[in-house]
Amino acid sequence: MTQTHDRKTDLETNAETGDSGNTATGSVELVDVGGGNIGSVMRFLERMAISYRHVQSPDQLTGKSPLILPGVGNFGAVMQHLRKNGLADPVIQSVQKGTPFLGVCVGMQILFEGSEESPNEPGLGLLKGNVVKFTHGKVPQIGWNLITPQPSVRAIYPDQEYVYFVNSYFPRPADQEVVSFTAEYFETFCAAVRVDNITAFQFHPEKSAKAGERLLTRWLKEVGVLS
Amino acid sequence: MSSAVTKSGSVGKSGLCRRIIPCHDVANGRTVKGIKFTEIRDAGDPLELALIYEEQGADELVFLDITASHEERKTTVDLVKRVAAKLSIPFTVGGGISTLQDALALLQAGADKVSVNTSAVLRPELISEIAGTCGSQCCVLAIDARKAVDETRNSASGNDGDAGRDVGTGIRDGHTGIRDGHASIRDEQNNAVNGDIKWDVLTHGGRKNTGLSALEWGKKAVALGAGEILLTSWDQDGTRSGFDLELCRAFSDALSVPIIASGGARDADSFIDVFIQGKADAALAATIFHDSIWSIDKLKELIHQAGIRVRLC
Repeated sequence: MTQTHDRKTDLETNAETGDSGNTATGSVELVDVGGGNIGSVMRFLERMAISYRHVQSPDQLTGKSPLILPGVGNFGAVMQHLRKNGLADPVIQSVQKGTPFLGVCVGMQILFEGSEESPNEPGLGLLKGNVVKFTHGKVPQIGWNLITPQPSVRAIYPDQEYVYFVNSYFPRPADQEVVSFTAEYFETFCAAVRVDNITAFQFHPEKSAKAGERLLTRWLKEVGVLS
Repeated sequence: MSSAVTKSGSVGKSGLCRRIIPCHDVANGRTVKGIKFTEIRDAGDPLELALIYEEQGADELVFLDITASHEERKTTVDLVKRVAAKLSIPFTVGGGISTLQDALALLQAGADKVSVNTSAVLRPELISEIAGTCGSQCCVLAIDARKAVDETRNSASGNDGDAGRDVGTGIRDGHTGIRDGHASIRDEQNNAVNGDIKWDVLTHGGRKNTGLSALEWGKKAVALGAGEILLTSWDQDGTRSGFDLELCRAFSDALSVPIIASGGARDADSFIDVFIQGKADAALAATIFHDSIWSIDKLKELIHQAGIRVRLC
């Protein structure tokens, strides 16, 4: 497919076929995290011909469509942005009500209670545990690293994959059962979580070529946005 | 693809891959070829080439706008939008970025990172402005480094008053007053040169030698927030005779951020050397890819066979 697809800022639920050949049958709500860092996820959705609502204020968050929370940058800055714009509590409530949630990078980290990066800025606290800094190697970790599926997800994600990371910090969940993928960076770290309606990736699936597209496509199908 | 899993050893307990990065020199929206910015020839449409490289297994791409004037920057922003709409791997854009606004325009158009060079030498705060606003991870410092010909290199401008001055406090073109006691490595092995090697920072596309120590500038830039160093050896660039291993290793040992080696790519062995001896985190090349001398998948296969972890597609 070679169609181009302009950015959509309003919710549009027309079915279209994206670069992957899948058909979009729903839309998502993309939560703004400040700093202009949600562009790469937007363009992924555009490549897939999936429409999205760019959520910048609580009234734009309907909770009727799956939520995506992307993010690059600083844990504290993202949380401050969400709180300042009145988005933190509505996001928590939506997730608690069962709205499918996808977090990417810092959008995964803020699911937890707090981070060494910003000790004075609590996270959303939807998952127990804290975010800690790598203690070895060059930091940030930049590049392609191998993720290994954990037993709980091997039926749906059987393969190891190389995916693109840019991170200095990673979450350390209190409950190991939520860990869906691990990776190695001079220690084994949690690369992804999956529990109930929450899926989150520490890496950037939207920048991870075909491997990332497979992971995202699977989630989008699970939540009924792609068929 | 999981065959690389057990190929450890070369990177210890890390699963992180060494990256192969094709670089496009872009002029007026076209990829061009040329040695040290001369004899420039058209090499094709950047987006078409980018998608071919992505398919072959490129880990990232770099686009350097080599003619970036104010008008042409619009062309670059348009190109970045076109690339971002189609590419599913990260890419960096550099050339002519002298303000935070320039950087923001490119990042908002879809670039994952920007690289700064001359403008950051002239005004180092540019690095902290970009890193502070967008994060270190999207701020790449490009350094064009040239081996200093002479230990007594700084006689021309007679600026003794500035000698030893901190890199960050102000640099003028042609400023040669910085004496560095640290910009050297002692090469323990396989190097006949048994003394200190120093490298100068070149700016303006290599036309000016600042006399600054490249290594000291790199350290300063990292302290200011640069998240990666794109390190081009001016001595090796365009020669197709291998990367400058000493230069790369000096940077990789001294700095806490990833080093992208550039200049001199020849064949798989040259990449293997720069990853092992040069300790590079990534290696960049242009001509060998644009001229189809090497395909990325073939190159990576040979690097993989040497026991170095790379992403095979």
